Amino acid sequence: MPAKSNMTGIALMMPALIALCVLFIYPLGYSMLWAFRDEERDAWTLANFVKALEFYSTDVLFTVLIVSVSTLLIGVCSIVIAGYLTLGENRAAVNLLRWLYRWPLFIPFVVAGQLMRTFLAKNGMMNNILVSGGIIEPLQAVSFLDWRGIVITFVWKQTPFVTLLLAGAMAVLDRSTFEAARNLGAGRVRVLIQIVVPQVSTTLMVGLILSYVLMMSVLSVPLMINAQSPTMMTVDMAWRINSYGDYEVANALGFISVAMTAVVAWFYLRQGIRQDGRPE
Amino acid sequence: MTARLKSAALLRGIVLGLFAFAIFGPIANMLLWTVAEVWYYPHKLPIEWGFSFWERVFRPQGNARVSLINSVIIALLTVAASLLVAVPAGFALGRGRLPWRSLFLLLFLLPQAFPSLAVHMNIARIFYGFGLNGTYTGVVLVHTIQGLVFSVWISTAAFAAVDYELEEAARNLGASPFHVFRTITFPLALPGILASAIFVFLISLDEFTGTYFVGVPDITTLPLLLFTASMEGNYQIASITALVLLVPSVAFMLAVEKFLKADVLARIGA
Repeated sequence: MPAKSNMTGIALMMPALIALCVLFIYPLGYSMLWAFRDEERDAWTLANFVKALEFYSTDVLFTVLIVSVSTLLIGVCSIVIAGYLTLGENRAAVNLLRWLYRWPLFIPFVVAGQLMRTFLAKNGMMNNILVSGGIIEPLQAVSFLDWRGIVITFVWKQTPFVTLLLAGAMAVLDRSTFEAARNLGAGRVRVLIQIVVPQVSTTLMVGLILSYVLMMSVLSVPLMINAQSPTMMTVDMAWRINSYGDYEVANALGFISVAMTAVVAWFYLRQGIRQDGRPE
Repeated sequence: MTARLKSAALLRGIVLGLFAFAIFGPIANMLLWTVAEVWYYPHKLPIEWGFSFWERVFRPQGNARVSLINSVIIALLTVAASLLVAVPAGFALGRGRLPWRSLFLLLFLLPQAFPSLAVHMNIARIFYGFGLNGTYTGVVLVHTIQGLVFSVWISTAAFAAVDYELEEAARNLGASPFHVFRTITFPLALPGILASAIFVFLISLDEFTGTYFVGVPDITTLPLLLFTASMEGNYQIASITALVLLVPSVAFMLAVEKFLKADVLARIGA
């Protein structure tokens, strides 16, 4: 391609690149820098982090736990569903499952939060069914609107996304290897874990990392399901800003959440390099 | 053997039934709330049924009406803004042989790779200086960035899926590059571009966090209305708003494969 068309290409991308820089990279850099800023004394400081951890270290821990547990459960659920879609032998059941699992795919978090707020409440449908089915006594009915509610909402909302990616990746694999393993007497679970999942691990990781980042920045679900302490860091950030106009501590918390994401991304990249370096 | 098959079928039925309950239970519970007039613990079902809350939501001067109109206006403007920046970028990335093409594609993924809350609260602070808080422009800009990766990636895939040879043939017959773009490349990429437009529309319609920080105090969209009603304990209004937002999401989920054909889908992000 001649240099002229490269220039045209770059020029065509300019509006999108400028939008990205002005509306994303600049505010992100701003938030990362301002986490270290003492605005009154106009100096650089670590005091914002000290204050953030002093007030909110429980919430930081709580956030890590909730997001990690949710990511893990999303991984397990999506492997099971996508695995059955790929290896299931009963056509009717596979088709039914394919139709069922996708419903929450594009449902926004704020709607999922509202659905769960009613469903998981003390008199919500879940407890009613459990009581009617004789599984629990009416007095045992408790509200799930705490950390469990957040995890359930996240898993409900994000599993279809990861499953969609996984099922897509599994569908293009070479089926003859599974069938060979099946003919040699391997059970379906073993085929799934030892043959299918290793071949789609990159897709699985990408889906899980995107979900992890997304859950890390959801504000509506923790506010709606569990606003009492301990809660997620996003709630604290919104609180610092709306109640105190305190961007310093909010940005310090923001920095911590970005750092948590960076740790995951780093593990992923390191894993990727290792796999590429392996002679195979 | 038949007994084993029967028990396997039974087990399969039970598991699928539980799964269906997990998916539809929360939706069903919300539907019940939309037609409940009075419902409190420990009653398992609403005590009085009716549509009076629907009237309250949809009456001409109501908050919901304003939020609905705001949401639609903002979503349409966001689609226009996204297409304006994403179609040229998608054309450059999908058709040309740009240097560092995959790097540019990854760049647009960045907004999805960082927790967005830290960004949104600072955008609100920066916008405050420009008087953009509480304006349509401010909210549309925030939504455009949220949808950027989808609009750019899907348009790129749509342009990449157009057959080179058709363009070559037109060029050989003497058509100018712009004429080729207007009569061949663009019409063939159009279904993919429309899919990205629908996607962006939906993202904007559902966006919460950015609007929460940038839209205040003047702009309320449906997600914010739903949130406020829910926090005030007004579950009927919240559930009706949730239903209004649920319908386009579910419709798009059911139709997504019609909009995004396999040849485009396979090229997304590649």
